[in-house]
Amino acid sequence: MSMGGLILISALSMGIIGAVLAIFLAFADSKFKVVDDPRIEALAGILPNTNCGGCGYPGCRMLAEALAKGDAPPNSCVAGGSAVAKGLAAYLGVDASGHKRKLAVVLCRGGNIEARRQARYTGDLSCTAANLTGAEKVCSYSCLGYGECVEACKFGAMAMNGNGLPVVFYDKCVGCGACARACPRNIIEMHDEDHKLFVYCRSKDKGAVAKKACDVSCIACGLCVKDCSVSGGIVVKDNLATVNYDLAPQNAESTGRCPTKCILFDVESGSTKQNFTATLARRAG
Amino acid sequence: MKLLMIFISASVINNFVLTYFLGICPFVGVSNKTENAVNMGLATTFVMTLTAAVTWPIYTYILVKFNVPFLEFVAFIIAIAALVQLVEMYIRKSSPALYRALGIYLPLITTNCAVLGLALFMVLRNYGFVESVVFGFATGVGFTIAIVLMSGIREELEFADIPKPFQGISVTLIIAGMMALAFMGFAGLIRG
Repeated sequence: MSMGGLILISALSMGIIGAVLAIFLAFADSKFKVVDDPRIEALAGILPNTNCGGCGYPGCRMLAEALAKGDAPPNSCVAGGSAVAKGLAAYLGVDASGHKRKLAVVLCRGGNIEARRQARYTGDLSCTAANLTGAEKVCSYSCLGYGECVEACKFGAMAMNGNGLPVVFYDKCVGCGACARACPRNIIEMHDEDHKLFVYCRSKDKGAVAKKACDVSCIACGLCVKDCSVSGGIVVKDNLATVNYDLAPQNAESTGRCPTKCILFDVESGSTKQNFTATLARRAG
Repeated sequence: MKLLMIFISASVINNFVLTYFLGICPFVGVSNKTENAVNMGLATTFVMTLTAAVTWPIYTYILVKFNVPFLEFVAFIIAIAALVQLVEMYIRKSSPALYRALGIYLPLITTNCAVLGLALFMVLRNYGFVESVVFGFATGVGFTIAIVLMSGIREELEFADIPKPFQGISVTLIIAGMMALAFMGFAGLIRG
């Protein structure tokens, strides 16, 4: 066979194979067409696409599908904040009210300096593993300090400080709750932005035991309960002072006489990434 | 009898992954969880069987007939790509749940060299149509065996104390090498 003939046959046979497959695929495409709701694409475009899971769906796309179906309210996206909620609501033509910014709060201040230790832990350096053994600190409600919450944060909004405690940067925190879910001791809670008064302790041990374990533990003395101007605003439950956010006024009136300084008002609003790095730099030299 | 021989040969003795080192990319990439590995193995087996069934007629009735067998590479790649597209469309329509479970694995198979290798070996060994289909299925079973074994080992590795330089892909490749050594022991049991 001549060279030209060979080339012709090659080109033709490949062309035919390609054409047949193309026609076949085009036919199959029309037959197996799946009609996607076009709003899903648009809604997914509005969402931040960080797939943080804060909304309760496995990813932003799943939330977009739920939004299109009307299964999820437009303020479901915690990471996007009110801007995204407004965008989604405008697109869907519904009301966006009711969005409140949530923030993560670390409710333990018993770091390396404040908390007593009873053992040396040499196992796997993760909170989950350490929690199984009881870990180093005497207080079994305390922060373990291996930073699983920091690892869980997808927004760079957390870091471990020099005292072995996690710090939340409130300029970065989007309130997705990943850190709270990661913490095996449930020290991190998600709170509305306007909550400022916190009991920074989760210890349910009796006062004397808690006091021995940690300098900044709640010893359930009840002084904050007495100082709170609204009755029932703060209650002592299971040897632990607990703020009732529906009642308690968000001010410093109940914090003054706390002997261990574990109930505090508005101490963390200045916690930003910039301040944190500046503090580190100042300490370093 | 010959079909049984082809099946055992392709699935165990001449395992594509562990003796020919084809399809290492998904073998390493998708073997971190057994569940994923099983899905990937099943999807690959399905596509491989279909590939054998489709590429054999293309080779025999078009390429050989027109005396252009050197086009096998191009023709097979097109055929495999089109086939995977078709399977993807069909699954998406018929079972969205399976479609979501397979996810990226289906498109991944398009570029899996084990699938192309299967089509080329089939031609090289002069298999008939039924033999080719059995060969395709057996190759897929072999791939599934390899990837599931690997995923089991890797799940255990999560808890092993591995020196830092070996963590992750390095230790996976070393284990793949050891598994390949073990499978080499079967070599020569069956010709072909």
